Amino acid sequence: MLAFLLRRVALIVPTFLGVTLIAFALIRLIPGDPVENLSGERGMDPERRLRLLHEFGLDRPLPAQYAEYLNQIVHGDLGTSLTTHEPVLREFLTLFPATVELAFFAMVFAIVLGLPAGIIAAIKRNTVADYAVMGVSLTGYSMPIFWWALLLILFFSVHLGWTPVSGRIAVQYDVQAATGFMLIDTLRAGDFGAFRSALSHLILPSIALGTIPLAVIARMTRSSMLEVLREDYVRTARAKGLSRWRTVVVHALRNALIPVVTVIGLQVGLLLSGAILTETIFSWPGVGNWLIHGVQSRDYPVVQGGILLVATIVIVVNLLVDATYGVVNPRIRHG
Amino acid sequence: MNAQLTARAVAAAVAALLLAAAPLAQAKGTLVYCSEGSPEGFQPQFFSTGTTFDAVSVPMFNRLVEFEIGTTNIVPALAESWTVSPDGKVVTFKLRKGVKFHSNANFTPSRDFNADDVVFSWDRMANDSNPFHKGTGGQTYAYFDDMGMKNIVDKVEKLDDYTVRYTLKRPEAPFLADMAMDFASILSKEYFETMAKKGTPNAADIFPIGTGAFEFVSYQKDATIRYKAFDKHFRGKPKVDNLVYAITRDATARYAKLKTGECHVMAFPKPADLDEMKKDPALAVQQKEGLNIGYIAFNVEKKPFDNKLVRQALNMATNKDAILKAVYQGQGQVAKNPIPPILWSYNNAVQDYPYDPAKAKQLLAQAGYPNGFEVDLWYLPVTRPYNPDGKRMAELIQADWEKIGVKAKLVTYEWAEYRKRSKTGEQAAMMFGWSGDNGDPDNFFVPLLGCEAVKGGGNVARWCNKSFEDLVIKAAQTPKQADRAKLYEQAQVIFKEEAPWITLAHSVRFDPVRKEVLGYKMDATAHHYFNNTDLKPAP
Repeated sequence: MLAFLLRRVALIVPTFLGVTLIAFALIRLIPGDPVENLSGERGMDPERRLRLLHEFGLDRPLPAQYAEYLNQIVHGDLGTSLTTHEPVLREFLTLFPATVELAFFAMVFAIVLGLPAGIIAAIKRNTVADYAVMGVSLTGYSMPIFWWALLLILFFSVHLGWTPVSGRIAVQYDVQAATGFMLIDTLRAGDFGAFRSALSHLILPSIALGTIPLAVIARMTRSSMLEVLREDYVRTARAKGLSRWRTVVVHALRNALIPVVTVIGLQVGLLLSGAILTETIFSWPGVGNWLIHGVQSRDYPVVQGGILLVATIVIVVNLLVDATYGVVNPRIRHG
Repeated sequence: MNAQLTARAVAAAVAALLLAAAPLAQAKGTLVYCSEGSPEGFQPQFFSTGTTFDAVSVPMFNRLVEFEIGTTNIVPALAESWTVSPDGKVVTFKLRKGVKFHSNANFTPSRDFNADDVVFSWDRMANDSNPFHKGTGGQTYAYFDDMGMKNIVDKVEKLDDYTVRYTLKRPEAPFLADMAMDFASILSKEYFETMAKKGTPNAADIFPIGTGAFEFVSYQKDATIRYKAFDKHFRGKPKVDNLVYAITRDATARYAKLKTGECHVMAFPKPADLDEMKKDPALAVQQKEGLNIGYIAFNVEKKPFDNKLVRQALNMATNKDAILKAVYQGQGQVAKNPIPPILWSYNNAVQDYPYDPAKAKQLLAQAGYPNGFEVDLWYLPVTRPYNPDGKRMAELIQADWEKIGVKAKLVTYEWAEYRKRSKTGEQAAMMFGWSGDNGDPDNFFVPLLGCEAVKGGGNVARWCNKSFEDLVIKAAQTPKQADRAKLYEQAQVIFKEEAPWITLAHSVRFDPVRKEVLGYKMDATAHHYFNNTDLKPAP
């Protein structure tokens, strides 16, 4: 197990290098100029333009800029935003809890609905229930997030008036960010109204963001379950007189979960990228919203740093997922 | 009995919980504005975007003079009055007495606003050796630098506690309008010094202290900015107690929030939503002529646009009414001058070129192009306040020009690239525009059509006409507005005759507000002021 983890950790270094290079190159490949973006039609005083280019290090050759960037990273410095002049890491850390909160609830939504739906579809294979689950999940999977999010807003917020349109909490609550997790902060402040408001603001974005993972989890659970249900030991369990329920939950599910856990792990990356669209539409003050604005304003350090940090999280989560295989199924040994 | 008691206790507890959970009525009091983005920071001197000004200089700061809300008239603010010397080079401001600064957890002002604050605010931007010149995080003074204020103002002196003298390097009539701009907001000298003494000089740029109608409360990045009414504001306490900016980048989400009452006023509606908004009984859509111009500029340094007849011919070949209908969906007006009609000195006597393809063809032949020619037409890659759809406009113009034999190839670049290239003079004919930022006609004529601006790149037609230039320079050096207006009126006649542009349209701006909002007035320079806005009490 240890050797396995060490091997995986060793692989991280080239992955990181690749990520930094891609992030560095991609944002520079898009046409546009971060300094020009700081001025409007009026244009910028040429002297100020040169001064800013120099200050941002953008007047140097690209390889030198990249080397300097790597050097900064090694020293734990992700640079400062060109628009706000705030350290990138600080901005990320301020906004990240919002994204985690959203991603967590999206995942809870996806798992709570996706797992049972997949199991039911497997058990009731080729029945109306199966077709319904598969049909709905295929639709969910194919739906563009931004469009789905707008539909949710129009129906639940504008038409029915059940949920707030966007934001993280109603504006009358001014909750000081202690942990950055709104639900925890409102509870710490002992403000139940604020807590309820924060919860209601989470509903639609979580559904919008959780829909694709939900579909993936449901489909994966179904196919994995079907495979396991065909195994001899399941038939044996049934033949021994165990109830169908017990067979499925105790014997089949545990084995069927292995690929599902992998898929759930992979969804973390998907959730973070999906958060970019979801957060923009729901004005959710998280890193997705921040990154998209960084791209629009060609804020190189924000985009580079943001991508690097998000990639780090995805890598770490995947590593953890690999490590949990052993917990879900002790037969798997990492040798 | 016991069970009944328990039931009652539970019911009471649940009721209490629900009451606690009920949203506080958005009482008299809290006005919510759905803004379009986050401010870059909270310092009016560092930045140049309208989003930042709306969040910083508009609610929290004042200038010596300001634009009357809704017009471009200059009215007294922190200065009660001013005099301009006969040669136009010395402007002396008499300051208002008894103006209070805000306070916060780290700072309570010990004195009222005075001349020291005015001198400090200017010196900080202008003087490299001012201890506060080097801004937080290496920020620069965007507007001060980009407007070349160093070449306009020689020195700023305190004559006494309530008198300040600005000495200019040259007579500059638009100077007063410049002083009403956001970058000229007045900071508290005492605040900066106090923060420096406490060892946290940057705090003064991060937690704003001004004299404005609203005080800063808190900012949650990309989510909300909170302000409270400043009860010692020199114009009196604003009508609402609290002001919240709910940052909502997506225009559709802003509209949805306005509909559901999550905000009272929204910024920048999508043109496509306007019809529906106007039909909604809960909303009122205010509109105002934009302080802007959308145009096609001909690069007069390049053939065939060095020939005036060609420029006039293309003016006549372009069907502006059709463009207004198709591109602006009627929400604008055809432009005939380079300045919009809401600006003083607009010359309404100028006759626009009629749409007359036959005459245009004739002019082309006269200019030596009987069979037309081929040309690259650059179009805007982005939506701008003065032009909702550059591509559609370009297609219409292309079709119009085709009729007189001019074949336009449509070209565009990424927005920043577009602006960068336009400065090099690479373009032949290009679509561009301008939103005025200080309500002085000079703010259109000089940066867009002046000879200096050919070098600077803002004059994308690269048109430098001596008679026009003389008039515009003279106007800038003439103190009286009425005299200046006459000079600008003549300049507009020359401009039309020489036709360096096709003036296309002035767009109209819209601010949708909920019906319970009282006293909201749209601003001419596209800012959003809530000083006099109130909310109807809930029925």
